[in-house]
Amino acid sequence: MIPAAFDYVRAGSLAEAMNLLQRDPEGTKLVAGGHTLIPTLKLRLASPALLVDIRGIAEMKGIQVSENSISIGALTTHAELLVSEPLHQVLPIFRQAANLIADPQVRNRGTIGGSLANADPAADWPAVMIALKAELEIASVNGSRRVAATDFFVDIFSTALEPGEVLATIHIPRPATGMRFTYRKIRHPASGYAVVGVAAGVAVTGVAADVSIGVTGAASHAFPADVAAKFLVGKPLSRENIEEAARLQSAATECLSDRYASAEYRASLVRTETRRALLALA
Amino acid sequence: MAEAEKRHPVTIEINGTRRTFEVESRKLLVHLIRDDLGLTGTHIGCDTSQCGACTVEVDGLATKSCTVLAVMADGASITTIEGVSPAGSALDPVQTAFHEHHALQCGFCTPGMIMSARQLLRAHPDPGHDDIRHGIAGNICRCTGYQNIVRAIESLVAKG
Ligand SMILES: Cc1cc2nc3c(=O)[nH]c(=O)nc-3n(C[C@H](O)[C@H](O)[C@H](O)COP(=O)(O)OP(=O)(O)OC[C@H]3O[C@@H](n4cnc5c(N)ncnc54)[C@H](O)[C@@H]3O)c2cc1C
Ligand code: FES
Ligand code: FES
Repeated sequence: MIPAAFDYVRAGSLAEAMNLLQRDPEGTKLVAGGHTLIPTLKLRLASPALLVDIRGIAEMKGIQVSENSISIGALTTHAELLVSEPLHQVLPIFRQAANLIADPQVRNRGTIGGSLANADPAADWPAVMIALKAELEIASVNGSRRVAATDFFVDIFSTALEPGEVLATIHIPRPATGMRFTYRKIRHPASGYAVVGVAAGVAVTGVAADVSIGVTGAASHAFPADVAAKFLVGKPLSRENIEEAARLQSAATECLSDRYASAEYRASLVRTETRRALLALA
Repeated sequence: MAEAEKRHPVTIEINGTRRTFEVESRKLLVHLIRDDLGLTGTHIGCDTSQCGACTVEVDGLATKSCTVLAVMADGASITTIEGVSPAGSALDPVQTAFHEHHALQCGFCTPGMIMSARQLLRAHPDPGHDDIRHGIAGNICRCTGYQNIVRAIESLVAKG
């Protein structure tokens, strides 16, 4: 399969990428790892006039763990997130989730920024970003702004990014002491994406003091499982409470239906996976 | 459209030799490797990023070359199966292990499988059975049922 013709330019800096995007925001596409975009071009589901390659932009790469927060450049690959020791020390959920994404070759190329910007309803990182209360730093020629992960995913393949904007950096507040996270998913047997995936975090001090849950795969975009979280806060993290929180969340979620999984099946998976994720932390 | 078809210079180091090409933006790396360089050991199976038959090493990382634009490889160092053991030299230990353990039947998946096995052993010198399965998850083999591929890789671990 050969893509339709387009022109190609490499951006050396974030400023250059923003300027290039500005000229024709509708006809231009950024390419990072290309592992979603290139298949789309080959299927001719997209035919931009210009591709702006951002892979070489140094300021959009790397992982920084500091006292109060962790920042991750949008161009950081899944493989880099998997192997990073400093990141693993503070947030082992990154290695756990990265290991469940695609396969070694795809992890070598695909980037976390590309995954978030693409907003596939079944992608894994969106659930993790929501559970971690990440803030996404978005840049354009008009300046930069930050959007909470919870508000970033708007619909199927649709985000808060406006034409001309670049997702530059992901900022994650350093979790409070005692807060532990886990990610689990039911894999689609062919694509490997999440039929339903749940990222959950809890801090327990006798009772559940803090609960943060992100769900992907179930609905048109990843979302915070606030119903379950609200139910649990202030209660002991017992099996009965977890069961009830998962049941309430499942009942409150409007699920997607497709040829592989009906809405009823997805709702059932929301319940099962939420329960299993929380039990793993109990 | 004329502008859209503009060609770009691409310089790569391929199996140790520097080469420069003029390519259309839309040309895939796998086509540069097979059609322009004549290195047909890199296969095209699915053409949809699933099977791993097109796996080559780009700057040391196993990569599905059907899902990379040739222009994006400008400046990269690429190793294909032909570069793993150049004509006249001894086979690479991974190739020898595949040979000894009957880890191929039709051989279509083998070049890609060897590239993934090399990456796995570099990143993980002492992989367990599950690590090996996980490490070759991006490569599909329709013949062997994977048993002998896993055995071949395990034999390299045992040898240290
Ligand atoms: C075989 C296969 C299996 C996969 N399995 C999984 C899986 O199990 N789970 C999962 O979550 N994903 C999976 N993926 C998707 C993979 O993780 C992609 O690499 C990722 O979703 C997109 O990242 P990318 O860097 O390749 O983005 P690209 O393909 O380069 O870009 C994707 C889109 O995002 C835009 N974009 C990219 N970067 C930015 C940015 N910084 N700012 C603004 N816009 C940007 C691009 O313009 C494009 O529209 C799979 C992919 C393949 C090919
Ligand atoms: S041909 Fe590239 S992954 Fe199958
Ligand atoms: S040996 Fe035939 S596909 Fe693997």
